[in-house]
Amino acid sequence: MLLISCPHCGPCDETEFHCGGEAHVARPHDPAALDDAAWGAFIFMRNNPKGQFNERWVHAAGCRRWFNMVRDTVTHRILAVYPMGSRPPAGLGHLGAAVVEDAQ
Amino acid sequence: MTKPMGSHRTANGGRIDRSRPLSFMFDGVTYGGFAGDTLASALLANGVHLVGRSFKYHRPRGVLTAGADEPNALVQLERGARTEPNLRATQVELYQGLVATSVNAWPSLTHDLGAVNQLLSRFFVAGFYYKTFMRPKVLWDRVYEPFLRRMAGLGRAPELPDPDIYDKMHVHCDVLVVGAGPAGLAAALAAGRTGARVILMDEQAEAGGSLLSSAESLDGKPAPDWVADALAELASLPAVRVLQRTSVFGYYDQNFLCAVERRTDHLGPGARPGLSRQRLWHVRAARVVLATGAHERPLVFADNDRPGVMQASAVATYVRRFGVRLGSRAVIFTTNDSAYDAVDALLAAGIGIAAVVDSRPDPGPRAEAARAAGVVVHAGCVVAATHGTRRITGVEVRGCEGGVLAPAGLRLSCDLLAISGGWSPAVHLFSQSQGRVRWDEAKLCFVPGEAAQAQTSAGACNGTFGLGAVLAEGLAAGASAAHLAGFGDGAVPATPAVAEVAAAPGDALWLVPGLKPLGRAGKHFVDFQNDVTAFDIRLAAREGFESVEHVKRYTTNGMATDQGKTSNVNGLAILADTLGRAIPEVGTTTFRAPYTPVTFGVMAGRDLGEMLDPVRTTPIHAWHVARGALFEDVGQWKRPWYFPLAGEDMHAAVRREAKAVRDGLGVLDASTLGKIEIRGRDAGVFLDRIYTNLFSKLGIGRCRYGLMCKEDGMVFDDGVTARLGPDHYYMTTTTGGAARVLDWLEDYLQTEWPDLEVYCTSVTEQWSTIAVSGPRARDLLADLAPGMAVDPESFPFLSMREGMVAGLAARVFRISFTGELSYEINVPSHLGLAMWQAVMAAGARHGITPYGTETMHLLRAEKGFIIIGQETDGTVTPLDLGMDWIVSKQKDFVGKRSLTRSDTARADRKRLVGLLPEDEGEVLPEGAQLVEMAGGTPPVPMLGHVTSSYWSPNLGRSFALALIKGGPERLGQIVFAPLAGGRTVKARIVEPVFLDREGSRQNG
Amino acid sequence: MKQRFSAFTLLRNGLSWHENWQRQWRSPDPKPAYDVVIVGGGGHGLATAYYLAKEHGITNVAVLEKGWLGGGNTGRNTTIVRSNYLWDESAALYEHSLKLWEGLSADLNYNVMLSQRGVMNLAHNLGDVREAQRRVHANRLNGVDAEWLDTAGVKEFCPIINTSPDVRYPVLGATLQRRGGTARHDAVAWGYARGADARGVDIIQNCEVTGFDIEGGAIVGVQTTRGAIRTSKVGVVAAGHNSVLAAKAGIRLPLQSHPLQALVSEPIKPVHDCVVMSNTVHVYVSQSDKGELVMGAGIDGYNSYAQRGSFHIIEHQMAACLELFPIFSRLRMLRTWGGIVDVCPDASPLLTKTPVAGLFINGGWGTGGFKATPGSGHVFAHTIARDEPHPLAAPFSLDRFTTGALIDEHGAAAVAH
Repeated sequence: MLLISCPHCGPCDETEFHCGGEAHVARPHDPAALDDAAWGAFIFMRNNPKGQFNERWVHAAGCRRWFNMVRDTVTHRILAVYPMGSRPPAGLGHLGAAVVEDAQ
Repeated sequence: MTKPMGSHRTANGGRIDRSRPLSFMFDGVTYGGFAGDTLASALLANGVHLVGRSFKYHRPRGVLTAGADEPNALVQLERGARTEPNLRATQVELYQGLVATSVNAWPSLTHDLGAVNQLLSRFFVAGFYYKTFMRPKVLWDRVYEPFLRRMAGLGRAPELPDPDIYDKMHVHCDVLVVGAGPAGLAAALAAGRTGARVILMDEQAEAGGSLLSSAESLDGKPAPDWVADALAELASLPAVRVLQRTSVFGYYDQNFLCAVERRTDHLGPGARPGLSRQRLWHVRAARVVLATGAHERPLVFADNDRPGVMQASAVATYVRRFGVRLGSRAVIFTTNDSAYDAVDALLAAGIGIAAVVDSRPDPGPRAEAARAAGVVVHAGCVVAATHGTRRITGVEVRGCEGGVLAPAGLRLSCDLLAISGGWSPAVHLFSQSQGRVRWDEAKLCFVPGEAAQAQTSAGACNGTFGLGAVLAEGLAAGASAAHLAGFGDGAVPATPAVAEVAAAPGDALWLVPGLKPLGRAGKHFVDFQNDVTAFDIRLAAREGFESVEHVKRYTTNGMATDQGKTSNVNGLAILADTLGRAIPEVGTTTFRAPYTPVTFGVMAGRDLGEMLDPVRTTPIHAWHVARGALFEDVGQWKRPWYFPLAGEDMHAAVRREAKAVRDGLGVLDASTLGKIEIRGRDAGVFLDRIYTNLFSKLGIGRCRYGLMCKEDGMVFDDGVTARLGPDHYYMTTTTGGAARVLDWLEDYLQTEWPDLEVYCTSVTEQWSTIAVSGPRARDLLADLAPGMAVDPESFPFLSMREGMVAGLAARVFRISFTGELSYEINVPSHLGLAMWQAVMAAGARHGITPYGTETMHLLRAEKGFIIIGQETDGTVTPLDLGMDWIVSKQKDFVGKRSLTRSDTARADRKRLVGLLPEDEGEVLPEGAQLVEMAGGTPPVPMLGHVTSSYWSPNLGRSFALALIKGGPERLGQIVFAPLAGGRTVKARIVEPVFLDREGSRQNG
Repeated sequence: MKQRFSAFTLLRNGLSWHENWQRQWRSPDPKPAYDVVIVGGGGHGLATAYYLAKEHGITNVAVLEKGWLGGGNTGRNTTIVRSNYLWDESAALYEHSLKLWEGLSADLNYNVMLSQRGVMNLAHNLGDVREAQRRVHANRLNGVDAEWLDTAGVKEFCPIINTSPDVRYPVLGATLQRRGGTARHDAVAWGYARGADARGVDIIQNCEVTGFDIEGGAIVGVQTTRGAIRTSKVGVVAAGHNSVLAAKAGIRLPLQSHPLQALVSEPIKPVHDCVVMSNTVHVYVSQSDKGELVMGAGIDGYNSYAQRGSFHIIEHQMAACLELFPIFSRLRMLRTWGGIVDVCPDASPLLTKTPVAGLFINGGWGTGGFKATPGSGHVFAHTIARDEPHPLAAPFSLDRFTTGALIDEHGAAAVAH
């Protein structure tokens, strides 16, 4: 049972949240410009690191806001929580081959 | 049969209440005990040492321990609905009238037919079943496996549902202390005095742990008195909570721990009606202090399992705490100092000691003290064999040097053999917290390494032995934990004064040689319950099972109901020795929750029956119930399925309802449909991206049907969305999809398009929706809403109006899921029932007929309207459904790009068509697969399947919808549906619209 | 020559105090080069090596296992074996596997304790019923044994299920595959290991692959914690760790690794003689030959490589279990554990060549890999040996995520009207 610090509500039990998978995978601006392989990669290919993982969570049973997190997939330690649209704190996580959205 | 009150008691002393005698029954015999007894102590006090039979060989077994590590003394408690298998007698508190029976013995414990296995035990070695019973397969299926299954298992499941209730608590604290022995009490005191919120959980009936059977003094007070004072102080601290009979069984991420509190078990079955039997505690602690003690290891020697063989610490506990005279003549076999506590206890109780057999050539000061008290100590000796069947009668003592027995020795008669092979710290919870244990070669045990969470181990579970050191460590851990949680300055209170005990190191004696080569005379048990012997471990290693996990799985060592508390380290050490490796090189198996078994019922708690999942009903539900509706579960909702009149089955009811809608007037409670208010400057743009078709150009007051896809292009949900204002839309979704659609909209809004100003609000529960449908619907609405212009020009199809209906402010949507002239009247939920009643009253003269989901399904299918989850299954695109007309070519939308992928764009994809069975009375089963030609042997190529199928009173025949490969190109062709029993139904592929193709009914 | 296992050899060895049993597999040091290297010593990897040797005569094979054989999902699953999948591609693959299961003990000369006691998949609402019946129809035409049982039929087949209409989600019926059941998971790994070893395959434990040597787009070797090994063909069969390994070869996979938890009760006398699965209330239950009730449920929602999950998942699953089996309430949970399952977006596996020539991947089995063990190994061995997909493996290639030809085994979405 993870203890997740919602940026808006503070620390709450994992059961209030829903994990939305890898963060920073931006929807392509012009899908029609992509070939099938690139489009397929956007839909299906995801980082799956052993260790630090940048992922999206939503406080589904709370404020219903989405946010980003860096969590270690081995220790389950949560290393950072940061807003949607921003980059992870320096030195945390791997953005890997995912398309990195610009800080909004 | 009644036996007199046990005469195997000490004259006085112990923590039993001799003024409160209790009677109980074991295997049909009535015995006496006292309040404060466990079932095990009470049996022993009656001289009953044979309490169980082992799993595989059915060897007679006695009580080995006094706690959670007991492998042998398993009982079936009580009878009937409250019976419970496999309880450890060492943990069952005695109550008046307790009824217990032994498990795994038939016909009786003393005459157990399964004991015949002992004769064959030479062949029933580790893993024997992998090597035989392979051919012929039919014998495995019919004979061997059923026989193995019958032989396996211990106790029996109840045959009736559980009459008891369970509940759960969720708490937070600053410091959780697990275990109320000396370290735990000290930690709780030190932490509690700072004002921190402290919870102390202890698995036993009373706090104190080893102090309850200790002869030591603290600050000059007998140990139990110090415990009482400590508890009194804890009780005086308002932020401290002490929970007895509460086993912490799991340590999860971020200091989340789970515990079970046994609230009524000690009172007997059904003693406290209305009170939960057990409670599951969920604790989130800022800091955790583990003070879980240690388990004494048995010694592994030939026939070390006879009743009367007992851990030395258990001997001390039964004598001192429970006042049990365990025998008349004891032998103590040890490798270390701790067994001398048992010597002291036996001496004090006046129980004869034949000898102490100490494997150490120079056993040190404790042995000297025993000798001084007149006890014979055979140093450098071991017990090489035992005698007796249902009770130990004697032992063979031999000198032993370098693992080699002296050629001769002596035989001692005894009826009690106390054994100690050293101690294993209870590192279970520490390991569960992801901490790594390390092997301490001096202490000969695994001890906690660095903590992985906000946690400290204190006392014996940390490998710290000796009362003074344990108390000091507990106090330090408590003070530090409180300080780290923000309470107190971390100053450690003074340690109570205790007498120093001179100590000598223990001996690493993992496998005691027997009189013959291993396995040939007697059995060296490692895991008592699973009958795993040292020979089995050697055999496993010989066969290449070198990993400790392989040995565990091949031999089943450590997999019994005690989960290896007495066997893991011994097994590991024997394996290491066999492989010629050091113990740390071999490693240890993983400790997994639960520490002790947890009742299923308490894990479910109250979440059963209606509480398993919330039941959602509409405001009109009571009316449906009163009308005799049958209900269908749709997600969490109860929806009226159909409304049978007297004598009607579903088919009759649906025919009547469906006919009524097409010919007159029907009414449906559509309140369960998902409803989402979508507001904001960019609401239209947003919907354009979400729906396959265009919504930003929708006129105010107009409605439009829309489809949503996931990015993979597959249809996800559908519904009608109305535009209520320039920046205001009202979306409807499927009943089951409402929550996921809202989540999905929010996901896109917050994470992909935060630049859009759009707000989504679920209003599913805020509005009741009453759909009136049929040729008389306009007449009804005219009657109900005299102020509303309802003529087709003023209120055309796919538009909405706000106004007074039946005197209530309402939104009326002219949309249709039946293909008939329809209006969906929406009112705030609290007015839903009133509106329904008004509709029913006004509709009476039109013959209004309430209908349910089954009729709704039939009517929409006649029109070829899809149902998400029925015509779609996550693999169907809008184009597959023939809904090209709704897929915008102009704009992008979620999933659009996927529609042009090579497979998704294939012409021969399964696409929606209609089917007309050749026999007009034949209703194809939904899900029936369709093939091109009848016959053929599997695998038969399939064209597709029937998605919806009905007999229609309006068409006067059966019909169906289906997804068929290249369907629209096959119009007019015949397909076959092969059914169970070899029957095949023939059907013709047709357009998927069966009625009013022009839409004049709904549009008119 | 490998010792045969039989009642006779058991007897003979018993009489000689079991001193003459051979090692079930050798413990060789890695050689500098192999024809094929299999990465992952679980059931699927060992089966692949076994069939490479047995069916294709390729015996210069190494199986590299970073821990101990069968220590991943092979030894952590709830041992259910069945083949009643919806789509043709899946049914063909799993039925191929089930047929191999039926002869496996004899083929391996190792009793894997296949117990065909029947698997029921319960339906709790009309949508379930529709989906289940569709699957039964499809199964039959695909040659997979399948029956539809109504509520009374469910009660007859498994009398301890609560089929009362008054429970929250009543049992409306079930599909039954009588040939489905359970098997002894560890024995599968050990049996394949012993069989492969006997045919010359080197099984190397405690040997972790740390990198791939790729030249000109083709595999030429692997780096391991026990040195470099040259080879022109590598089959990665590492379940939860497939993504991690593929990343070392520069390949991204459509996989996410999740914890899947399971538990057993204390052993009790036989009370539950079949396998019961319910997707709607999220639980599956069987009773092992040892008497333990074996239970599992859904995956935890987050990615993890920790082989553990959150307790609330188990609490929820237990409530579902007791709703179906009220008489289990007073039994006790003995042990919980977790595995790491690699899940594909369409809940179907990957049996595929990759952009790197000579590198093959077998994974993405999600929660259902155990049942596929023999079939997976069999078709993957073919794929590696011939360097072209076995016909049954072809639909499970990586390019389906480009073309869109997914094999979506999630089952129909929840009823949505």
